[in-house]
Amino acid sequence: MKEQLGVYDWWPYRDRPKVVWPNGARLAFWVAPNIEYYELNPPPNPIRDAWPRPYPDVQAYGIRDYGNRAGHWRMMELMDKYGIRGSVSLNVALLDHHPEIIDACAARNWEFFSHGIYNTRFVYGMDEEQERQIIRESIEDIRDKAGQELSGWLSPGLTYSEHTFDLLAEMGLTYTCDLFHDDQVTPVKTRSGKLCSVPYSLEFNDSIAFQLHNLSPRRYVDMLRNGFDQLYAEGEQSGTVMCIPLHAYLVSQPFRLHVFEEIFDYITSHDDVWITTGREIAQYWRENYWEAAQRHIVEVRS
Amino acid sequence: MPLGPDNSEYAERRYGMDHDRYDWSMLHERRPIVWPDGAPVALWINVAVELFPLDDDGTPFKLPGSMRKPYPDVQTFTWRDYGNRVGIYRLMRAFDRFNVKPTWSVNGAIASVYPTLLRDIAARGDEIVAHGWDMASPHYGGLPETVEKTLISQTLDALGAISGTPIHGWLSPGKSQSASTPELLAQAGLEYVCDWPNDDMPYEFRTDHGPLVAMPHSDDMDDHRIIGDYKHDEDSFVEQVSDQFHWHAKEAQSLGGRVLSLNLHPWMIGQSHRISHLVRLLSFLSERCISLSAHEICEHWRAQQGN
Repeated sequence: MKEQLGVYDWWPYRDRPKVVWPNGARLAFWVAPNIEYYELNPPPNPIRDAWPRPYPDVQAYGIRDYGNRAGHWRMMELMDKYGIRGSVSLNVALLDHHPEIIDACAARNWEFFSHGIYNTRFVYGMDEEQERQIIRESIEDIRDKAGQELSGWLSPGLTYSEHTFDLLAEMGLTYTCDLFHDDQVTPVKTRSGKLCSVPYSLEFNDSIAFQLHNLSPRRYVDMLRNGFDQLYAEGEQSGTVMCIPLHAYLVSQPFRLHVFEEIFDYITSHDDVWITTGREIAQYWRENYWEAAQRHIVEVRS
Repeated sequence: MPLGPDNSEYAERRYGMDHDRYDWSMLHERRPIVWPDGAPVALWINVAVELFPLDDDGTPFKLPGSMRKPYPDVQTFTWRDYGNRVGIYRLMRAFDRFNVKPTWSVNGAIASVYPTLLRDIAARGDEIVAHGWDMASPHYGGLPETVEKTLISQTLDALGAISGTPIHGWLSPGKSQSASTPELLAQAGLEYVCDWPNDDMPYEFRTDHGPLVAMPHSDDMDDHRIIGDYKHDEDSFVEQVSDQFHWHAKEAQSLGGRVLSLNLHPWMIGQSHRISHLVRLLSFLSERCISLSAHEICEHWRAQQGN
């Protein structure tokens, strides 16, 4: 077991090389709808139970299924209204279960990145080859069934092994959403490849906000507005990233979505905001800032 | 099976405390303290600079803020680590804007893992308090004394070597002590300790190796406690700390200078969406309090004891 995670270098949030996003933008804004499939009766994982209650956990399963039945189309229409393309955090088994949702995303030119096969299959207990297999399957399924090359990763259930990031880089992925250490894009240290961390944000995640921090819908919007104001101001020094990760089973219930719309309205009313996707942020940063970041990280420690 | 006969014996039942660590003393009866310029309230901002190891096995218990999911808990590790690279620099900018002088409670392991961060803190000229080795190394009853002694000495050595700053005070990780922690701290040459949250003012704390000053490090005036544990919103956090100030200021009129102790965690209040609330709070407090380091408060208090 490792005492330190060791997948990135310490890099203080001061005097960093200036990042400028396309068209002079100072903040890259992206929205990541989690489009998930949770199995009613998954095989047991020795380290973590998929459900709090014994089979069948009707309540927990049911509310998540609500997202797929009632929620996504509401969010899609809202994002259309504000010209926001989604970066879908996809449990790839949903390609088979609910192709109608996939088609609707694809028609909007949304990005698909992988959130594992099912949100009820955890990385805990997997050996390296088993973990490599879920990445390979994600690449193949998203290519075959959605016609896209996979660029990004968010580990299923936020579960990991010690080699997760090495495997993502080795399989050619360009970015991970799994690191919550920064508000800017940062390089990830892996044994091969060129992987970067694109901020996905736990704090701005509706599931953390509603289920862990117990925020009301209006407080959630206030919190997002405060975060945006700060990152937008700081982005003048060097471009920042703001992601809003969403779960339709939570945010797309009417009582929440009714209020949530304000934040899309607020953010998209600002100049110098690059409304984009995870893949495009990673690509732009890797092409323009990878070397400068590496140099500064070494420089700042000496 | 009824309880044994010793359950009806009360060996420590007497006037005052049931131990001899400190004397029984009520706050309102103490000799009034005067702060420089006659300020009613001394603001002691204590920033926790902490390292939460990924491999914390929870022996013998987990400290607040540590890993909570199965190994490797990338989520919690990186969430906390945000404070040590992003949040903390936001705090520094906020303190400088209002000329507030914080005290930094730093885990010894920060010196070896993030030496540049410790040098950045030391370069400000602020006071550094030793905050134990790391957040998976609690001091506790049952910890062998040799191990505890090493934890203390390696923490003081590491912080002293990198920061070049004298270390006067100690805050145990999670405010957890063993029965001999105070002795070991006094033996190590420390002057004050911040672990017992039982007063609003400094007081004398006995050890077998001479007295320490017990500093009033608040349990509740704390971003993690109010926002994280109690789940009160940031507006309420600002309001509660401001209310603490109002009461202290009122008491100070008749009972002498008070200490407003406020604990901050860069991984909590340093988040992008929270920092503006701290800025608002500092704007309020900096106009009304004198900003002192923990050691300055300790020295002023000691100088006015008149023994």
